[in-house]
Amino acid sequence: MPISKLLIANRGEIAVRIIRAARELGIETVQVHSTADKDSLAVEIADEAVEIGPPAAAKSYLNVEAILDAARKTRADAIHPGYGFLAENADFADAVEAAGMAFVGPRGDTIRRMGDKAAARQAAQEAGVPTVPGSDGLLADAGDARQLADKIGYPVMIKATAGGGGRGIRIACNGDELDKLAPQAASEASAAFGDGGLYLEKVIERARHIEVQILGDGENVIHCFERECSLQRRRQKVWEEAPSPALNPETREALCASAVRLAKSVGYRGAGTIEYLFDDASGEFYFIEMNTRIQVEHPVTEEITGTDLVAEMIRIAGGAALSVSQADLAINGHAIEVRINAEDPANNFMPFPGLVGDFRFPGGPGVRFDHMLYPGYQIPPFYDSLLGKLIVRGATREQAIKRLKSAVSEFRIDGLKTTAPLFLALAEDEHVQSGAFHTGWLEPWLENNSAGLAQNQGGIAA
Amino acid sequence: MAKQEIRSPLPGTFYRKPAPDQPEFKAPGDSVARGDVIGLVEVMKSFHEITSEHDGTLVNFLVDNEEPVAPGQVLAEIEN
Repeated sequence: MPISKLLIANRGEIAVRIIRAARELGIETVQVHSTADKDSLAVEIADEAVEIGPPAAAKSYLNVEAILDAARKTRADAIHPGYGFLAENADFADAVEAAGMAFVGPRGDTIRRMGDKAAARQAAQEAGVPTVPGSDGLLADAGDARQLADKIGYPVMIKATAGGGGRGIRIACNGDELDKLAPQAASEASAAFGDGGLYLEKVIERARHIEVQILGDGENVIHCFERECSLQRRRQKVWEEAPSPALNPETREALCASAVRLAKSVGYRGAGTIEYLFDDASGEFYFIEMNTRIQVEHPVTEEITGTDLVAEMIRIAGGAALSVSQADLAINGHAIEVRINAEDPANNFMPFPGLVGDFRFPGGPGVRFDHMLYPGYQIPPFYDSLLGKLIVRGATREQAIKRLKSAVSEFRIDGLKTTAPLFLALAEDEHVQSGAFHTGWLEPWLENNSAGLAQNQGGIAA
Repeated sequence: MAKQEIRSPLPGTFYRKPAPDQPEFKAPGDSVARGDVIGLVEVMKSFHEITSEHDGTLVNFLVDNEEPVAPGQVLAEIEN
């Protein structure tokens, strides 16, 4: 049944994005919010707003009962989880459906399966998708680790099965190091997560992060090509683009086809992303994980394919079949997104939750700014620092970079420090211009260039 | 005996423990040396250590664990 009233269980720029998509579909919106977000743009533009708790996310945006209560009281018939918070919480997806509402995303069992590292890897292998060479499932003991690592080659990464956020990860460059590190990793994982289970993977050096956007309606699955997100700081993406400058047409076709096979094999419903490492040297790609949600960087895909991914996932949740077929989709131009965060790039990316003053936002052909700002808005310190995403599109990558430079140079905001100066510097860099980077490229670059980012914060009043 | 205040330099959320399942950095009555961590302030998902600028005894906390704080707000008092 088509959705008539959608509750948005998220905040910030993605809540604004979802409200706009719903409005275009003729769907009413309910924005839930913490006490810290009562003055947010999403609350202002939604049809209704319901307060669900104090600032701490654990007591508001992660409070399943409060969110379901708000949905019942406002008679919402669907919930969109956005990204982060409850977006990949299988129990939440189940609870929404058990309450008689549609969850805008995959079924709970799909989230559960693809969210489990070992199960997702197995699903990929069964669908014929290459995975990073490593242990299939848990290692029996340190000796088992040594035997396997000697076979697949060093360096290898030892990971805790219960880990997260980089904890419990060790990299060994040879057998001696592995013998020393494996027991350490097991005891750290056991202490931190109560589970000492380890698995092992080959480290693909100088790899690119390339991901494929897919859309499924439970029966059919299509892909919307790939995004490249290799420019990362502390495993957080800062610059994303589509298509990848590194793929030739044959590799692109093989990559995207593998993503469709995997999504089809799990009967995927909604928008999802399959992430890969890509090795320039060998031209090989390897599955790393699937994200069963809309992603921050979805707009670059929308810009090159002309799709509206958020609207499409809402329609699918309302029971509709995919509105586009694979044959309808082609890559048209090149798009780049940069994340405008309230952080000072010249001061080790120190968070800057300031009061938004006067601003100048860029515009013109091929420029889009998805954000949550208005003059006088006090940025709350309780959530992530993403203020908005500046997206540019050009006929070619070269033109997109020129438009990015122009757009960032127009960008001015009083009262805050933002990451905008970083993108002007990156757009001027010859490696970025030629697309010659990998996931380990940005951090050393920042060490050498952060001093130059102090200029150009570009306030108006100052 | 002089009373010294430890203030939060940042807005955010105050934590008295390094992690939910670990003991508090300091309890009222504990002795505190200059440079000791007495808590964390989380701002936009990054954690900043709050350290004492004085030697002395921690008298009390004025903000509870996991409560929001404003910049300049007094977190704890120290006597020396």
